[in-house]
Amino acid sequence: MSQDSLFHGKIISEQKAENISRVEELAYDLKVDQVMTRDPATVTPQTPMNVVLELFRTKRISGAPVIENNELVGLVSIEDLIRCLQNSDMQAETQKYMSTKLLTVRNTDYVIEALKMFVNSHYGRLPVVDNNGKLTGIITKGDITSGILKALQYEYHEEEVRRYRASHLFEDIESDRSSLILRYNIKQGDFMHGGAASSAIKRALIRLGANPQIARRTGLAVYEAEMNLVIHTTNGGIIRVEIEPRQISITVSDDGPGIEDINLAMRPGYSTASEVVRELGFGAGMGLVNIQRCVDSMRLESIYGRGTNLRLKIFLPEEEPVGEGN
Amino acid sequence: MNLQEIVDTLELTSYTTPKDYKDIIPSSGYSSDLLSCVMAGAEKRSLWVTLQSHGNIIAVASLLDLAAVIITEGAVPDPLMVEKANEENVILLGTSKPTFYIIGKLWEMGLRNKQEA
Repeated sequence: MSQDSLFHGKIISEQKAENISRVEELAYDLKVDQVMTRDPATVTPQTPMNVVLELFRTKRISGAPVIENNELVGLVSIEDLIRCLQNSDMQAETQKYMSTKLLTVRNTDYVIEALKMFVNSHYGRLPVVDNNGKLTGIITKGDITSGILKALQYEYHEEEVRRYRASHLFEDIESDRSSLILRYNIKQGDFMHGGAASSAIKRALIRLGANPQIARRTGLAVYEAEMNLVIHTTNGGIIRVEIEPRQISITVSDDGPGIEDINLAMRPGYSTASEVVRELGFGAGMGLVNIQRCVDSMRLESIYGRGTNLRLKIFLPEEEPVGEGN
Repeated sequence: MNLQEIVDTLELTSYTTPKDYKDIIPSSGYSSDLLSCVMAGAEKRSLWVTLQSHGNIIAVASLLDLAAVIITEGAVPDPLMVEKANEENVILLGTSKPTFYIIGKLWEMGLRNKQEA
């Protein structure tokens, strides 16, 4: 089955949607320093315009900062050059045509700041200065585009490598039976981190190449179990997930207080949650029912006063194993 | 209908970093303040309306791959939680209006509950 979804005839893949928002995020993540052109070619106010033309042509650039006594005093661009050509005034000095109304960005600014300036002005390039006002580079819209593309490609590659490695995990290891075991210690009352283990497990399964539906079902079952440990146990408990190519086995254990009546606990809507916990949205009495719905087999054992042990199994479709490079 | 139209029409506040919501098209709507009910009842990419505003709604929304969460009655999530939501790519929206009003409006706009199989 394709992972794309059809909405009103428009196909949006999850990957695509993710990439679009990632580009926006990168504009806030990347700094000007990371995308600008360093040590740009510069001219002085006295440089004749025909020399500027030669510089632009040989370096294939469209603008250059104008420097005098180590200070940035202007910017000369291809547009200035065109005006000069129209006047047949190529012997003139740069200072006659350069623009001195300067917009600059700092090398420590985020790319988004430069983008905003490009949008709000008609400038095609901005000189980049450091905190002391010294020129460190020049930035164009093209620099931003290629900087973002490079960052995206790098991230994409990183995740691809991670996924590739994980999705072939079992292939490269020879044994009669290989499995990967993940353990999570869950603290009682830790609502702040509630759901962290299940999210991590879901992510791990996706990296291992699991079908998203399997990853979701596993995440859901583990979430309910995780919140049971947070809400109901005396000292928290342990979640152990064993991943094999064709099955996922989950064990959730704690040392108390234990369930008094398992049949009653399995009844939809039955809950022993306190008022405080209910205010947080828990205690619907659906936790164990939800777990059962998500897994292929479930065994719940509990000794009241001693603790509870929950064993779950999810079987993977024959043609979609994890870690074997499907 | 896309999420941007919903945000504009219902004048929703964006708690998480605003982004282009035009490409997000909720599959259906769901409402409950009990997390396990949401776990059982909300469909992938659906829109969840709740007055819960504590951290665990992020875990639920992320595990279910929800389109967005609308927090009603002016409840405001704390900054740590918003940060976590941004990390997990969960969209948190808010309104001072009660749940009943929001759901009524969403229904008027054409959003329905999930199609029973």
